[in-house]
Amino acid sequence: MLTKRIIPCLDIKDGQTVKGINFISLKSVGDPVELARAYSDQGADELVFLDISATVEGRKTFTGLVERIALNINIPFTVGGGISSVEDAAVLLRAGADKISVNSSAVRNPDIISGIASRFGSQCVVVAIDAREVDGIWRVTTHGGSRFSDKELYSWARQAESLGAGEILFTSMDHDGTKNGYACEVYRRLSGILDIPVIASGGAGTAGHICDVLSDDGGRADAALAASVFHYGEILIPALKRELAEHGIPVRL
Amino acid sequence: MIGIIDYGAGNIRSVENALKRLGAGYVLASDIETLSGCDRLLLPGVGEARWAMDRLREKGLADFIRGTSKPLLGICLGMQLLCSWSEEGDVDCLGIMENKVRHFRSVTPENVRLKIPHVGWNSISSLKTDLFRDVPDGAYMYFVHSYCADIGPDTIAVTEYGTRFSSALRKGNFMGCQFHPEKSGDMGERILAAFLRTGF
Repeated sequence: MLTKRIIPCLDIKDGQTVKGINFISLKSVGDPVELARAYSDQGADELVFLDISATVEGRKTFTGLVERIALNINIPFTVGGGISSVEDAAVLLRAGADKISVNSSAVRNPDIISGIASRFGSQCVVVAIDAREVDGIWRVTTHGGSRFSDKELYSWARQAESLGAGEILFTSMDHDGTKNGYACEVYRRLSGILDIPVIASGGAGTAGHICDVLSDDGGRADAALAASVFHYGEILIPALKRELAEHGIPVRL
Repeated sequence: MIGIIDYGAGNIRSVENALKRLGAGYVLASDIETLSGCDRLLLPGVGEARWAMDRLREKGLADFIRGTSKPLLGICLGMQLLCSWSEEGDVDCLGIMENKVRHFRSVTPENVRLKIPHVGWNSISSLKTDLFRDVPDGAYMYFVHSYCADIGPDTIAVTEYGTRFSSALRKGNFMGCQFHPEKSGDMGERILAAFLRTGF
């Protein structure tokens, strides 16, 4: 049976992990490769590396890091952050990334989705969507939630799918960082209207929250992504997976 | 020396990286002379079946592959190419195994709602042959595909997604897996290691 995926997300700046990590003793807390291996050993199903470097130098470092990750990690990984052209994506895929995620750049220029999909296949295109609910409408935001676009979540998700997105990663900016749980009803609706997998992100505080967003009675998401709850050891992946299994959610143990 | 058959299909970087991790020497080649000198062959593949078969025929590789007696492992599309026919482009494949490859939508009832592609970790069972000697029945592997091979006498692993399909095949020296062992964690690497070490 196809399992639901648990995906830790690592923010990378100038080739180093940013957020504090204290869930496991590492030789170098800042080394993304070592952290990635630790997550992989714990049972993470995939990894996401988000480049938040602001400089050209930082970006070059990131490409080198992707090569090291690909050489050392034997589970799939996605890279994102600042990919604004098909060529940007090509460089990272050639470096060994399995998938790339586009966000603001796709809102600005939706053709980047079909551009990458037609050249490298839909399976490697993750379209990340950030949105906030305003007067009952989920409005798509860019630049880390700081700017509103003219797009509405559900129609944009469907458009992204028709352009060739292989997966949709939706983050509710209203829930992100609250640790009060995911926007389950939104994932449930997305999962109902899309024929591609939906990854939930934003709001995880407990294993129960992840259980809710993945369950058939809840958000029906195909995968759950989280960052700080994993990095700070508030949720440990082996215990999380056991709890999910106890609730009848198929996971890779 | 492992010969990775390079016919221009998709990203083979991950296969190369896995061989590096396993300490296996390899060469990427599309010419028959180089490939003939290798002990084992890998047929990778990400892409479309008709396009891939056209490339293999163009380079004379289709006949070479059919005629080889070396252990050969096809991965993902590479496994599908070992079958007799694929619905993807309605193309005759290498015909080493009798299995036919069809789209998931063609082999699942209309009322079954499936997300396509089949992407993620799924279990393999009914395992046969020493390719799986270090892997327990029910082990999870990483899949990414929209077409699947039916079950036949050469099926050595079965997976279920809307339907039961062949997640691995074996006929003599020819082996194939639909999943990506190079992306399937330690369990996947055990399968690659078994392919590299076993005298088939």
